[in-house]
Order: sequence, then structure tokens, then C-alpha cells
Amino acid sequence: MRAKRTIKLTVNGRHYERSVEVRKTLADFLRDDLDLTGTHLGCEHGVCGACTILVNGDAVRSCLMLAVQADGASLMTVEDLAQGEELHPLQRAFQENHALQCGFCTPGFLMTAYAFLKEVQAPTVEQVREAISGNICRCTGYSPIVQAILDASRG
Amino acid sequence: MKPANFDYFAPTSLVEALALLEQHGDEAKILAGGQSLMPLMNMRLARPKVVIDINRLSELACISPGPDGGLAMGALTRQRVVERSGLVYERVPLLAAAMPSIGHFQIRNRGTVGGSIVHADPAAELPALSLALDGEFVLVSARSQRTIKAEDFFVTYLTTAIEPVEVLTEIRIPTWGMEWGWGFQEVCRREGDFALVGAVALLKLDGDQVCESARIVIFGVGGRPVRVQGAEELLMGRRVDGRALEEAARVVSNSLEPHSDIHASAQYRKEVGGVLARRALEEALRREKRLP
Repeated sequence: MRAKRTIKLTVNGRHYERSVEVRKTLADFLRDDLDLTGTHLGCEHGVCGACTILVNGDAVRSCLMLAVQADGASLMTVEDLAQGEELHPLQRAFQENHALQCGFCTPGFLMTAYAFLKEVQAPTVEQVREAISGNICRCTGYSPIVQAILDASRG
Repeated sequence: MKPANFDYFAPTSLVEALALLEQHGDEAKILAGGQSLMPLMNMRLARPKVVIDINRLSELACISPGPDGGLAMGALTRQRVVERSGLVYERVPLLAAAMPSIGHFQIRNRGTVGGSIVHADPAAELPALSLALDGEFVLVSARSQRTIKAEDFFVTYLTTAIEPVEVLTEIRIPTWGMEWGWGFQEVCRREGDFALVGAVALLKLDGDQVCESARIVIFGVGGRPVRVQGAEELLMGRRVDGRALEEAARVVSNSLEPHSDIHASAQYRKEVGGVLARRALEEALRREKRLP
């Protein structure tokens, strides 16, 4: 027997009502139930940061929340950054700085940086490094990512 | 990497949560911020039959002045809220300064003060800080309420004195006045990771630099954070100079009985424990003298 609950939530400005298994993580719910596969799952235990999304404005690991816990919440995922074909300034800065190779970690970095820049408008290099310390990239190296976030913060 | 099946409850009052816990006992796990429990469930190292989600108990999510002038923090207070609290900064600056060392900001956005303490990872900051700051915890069950000192609470790895039917509701930290200098030091592989070793020091001197009182806690060196009373006693009544600090560091290092694991050897932890104790004491000394 699998326990289920009905939840209502807003994701990227759109309302959803779905019945979910209580054991389903929020990350899996976004990917499997809402087809929002931009949120990536790396380690699934809160270490890599790839699944970072915004819940009620705060950056969190979506692999460490249950979907049922998002009942009534407002979520933002990486799909909401670009406006149509128009990339978000952060995405453009990532592209211009070659801040990604395989791109697996990128959604988590983007959402982390997005939340960070909402709070710190003119960050120092050290602040940027600390902000992304909870996100792991295994191919690019971090310097281009740091540079991209700095560029985006300068507009 | 998906949690095993469980029954889920999201009570809206503490009374309701305690009744559920009374009913399900050790088959149930309390889910607060989920930053420790969810990884364990994802990896199926924990397979609770019942999950009691206390995130709706907003009554447990506030920081208020303690009865004696210190702090009373609801167990569900997010670590990020403590980090930014003016009241915490004002009353227990050591706690405010150490908060950013816990996890990464995404973790602190969800992680709660009570969750970290009850999880009792021996390398975690909050158990060590609450021990150093002489904190006490309020444990409530459907039938009783008790208060326990941090020094009596932590037993060993991931094990505390809490009963299966109890919930930690409040963390109380007494006031540490301006006369106390404090230091917090840790070594980790990556900013925000669990500490390999960490040290907390509190120091109170008289006008002649003579130590009136000291507290030294080392963490990441065994099953629980340890207070090194031998080093505290060595400093007491002595002029705190470089030599005294060096001797205290040696006492700390000799007293530790750490273990080896993939992160660090026992010998490394023993050595670093002494070094960090000295640095934390030096930091406390600078603050005590109001030096930058």
C-alpha cells in the first residue's frame, strides 16, 4: 500500500494540483510528474547542489524535501529563468564565460547564483566563491563560473 | 536512492504531534528541516514506518529572549534565521559568528537548530556550540516535560538522551556577557562541509590578564563533542600568555582519543585538535582585549 496525498502548489507561476506518493522527493516530483526536467539530480543526498530550486524565494535542495512538503508553496525552477528565447543575464554570462561543459550541474549553479544575487547586489569574489561552495562541478572548474556570476552581478 | 514507503503525518499543533509520537514510538521519525534525515531516508539507511513532519508547528520556530537574559530558540528555527538574528548577534555573538560554518546557505535555509542537535553528528557545529555555551534543551512528550543540559544530552555517534516519545522543543542558551572573549575554529575540506576537527573557546580574564574562567570544547574527534576540563583548569588562575596557550593546546591534544576514517587519521585529528584549541583561545584573547 502506498500512501498518497493531494497537493496544490505554484511552480514558475503556474498552478498545479496533483496526487503524489508521500515518499516522493520534490525533485522527482518536478521531473516525473510535472515534466520539468531542468532540475537535475546528482547525488540525491544534499551534497552536489544540482537540484537547487527556490521554495518561497529561498534556495534549497529539492532532493531533501518531500513533494508533500511543498503543498501550498511557490516554487521557481531553472525553466523560469529565460523569457522565451531571451536568456536570463545569468545564463548569458554563463554562456559567454564558458561556465559549463557538460551542463549537468548548471541548473543548480544558476538557481544558487540567482538566489545569491537577489541578496547581494555587488558581491566580491570571495562572497561568490562561498555562495557556490555547496555546488559541485566536475568538468569546467570553478573560475569561469565565479567570473560569470560576477559579470551577471555587474549587469 | 528513493525513500522506502512510510505513513506521513503533518500535525498542526505540538499536542497533535506528541500524540502521534506516543502512538507510534520508535517506528516514527520526526521530520524537521530534513537536511540529515532525508539523506538517510534517500539512501535507505533510515526506513521509518511513520514520518511526523513538524514543519507546520510555527510555535516552535521563533527566537526570543530567555528568562535569564539569554536566548530561547524554538527547535524548528531555521539555521539561516539564527544566522541573521539581531537578538542572537547581541546576546550570544559566538553563536551568530559560527552559524555560517554550518553546511551551505541552501542547507541552512531548511536546516533547523533542533534537527542538528537531535541528529547529534559528532562533527556538527551546533552540538559543540551548545555544549560550550552551557545550553540546555527542553524535551516534551505527551506525558511529561523535562530540561536537560547539553553536557548530559549527547551520548555518542548520532545518539542522545532523548526518548522515542519526546520532541526537542526549545534550546536555551544563557547570556555570555561582554567580559567573555570567544573563538571558533574548524578545519574542513571545503567551505561548509562537516568539520574534520573543530574547537570552541570561551575565556574570561581579570584586569591583569589572569584567567578567571575558561571553556574549551573540541568536536569531530569521537562520538560526541568533548569539553577539555584539564586544559580549562590549567588556564584558571594563570596569566594567559603564549606559553600558557601552548601548554593548554598540548593538554587538549593529549586528552583526545579520536578515530581514523577516510577523511582523516586519528593522529591528524589529535594534532589538529590541539592547534585549533590554541587558535580558538588566541581568538578569544583578542576579543577579550577588544583587539581587532
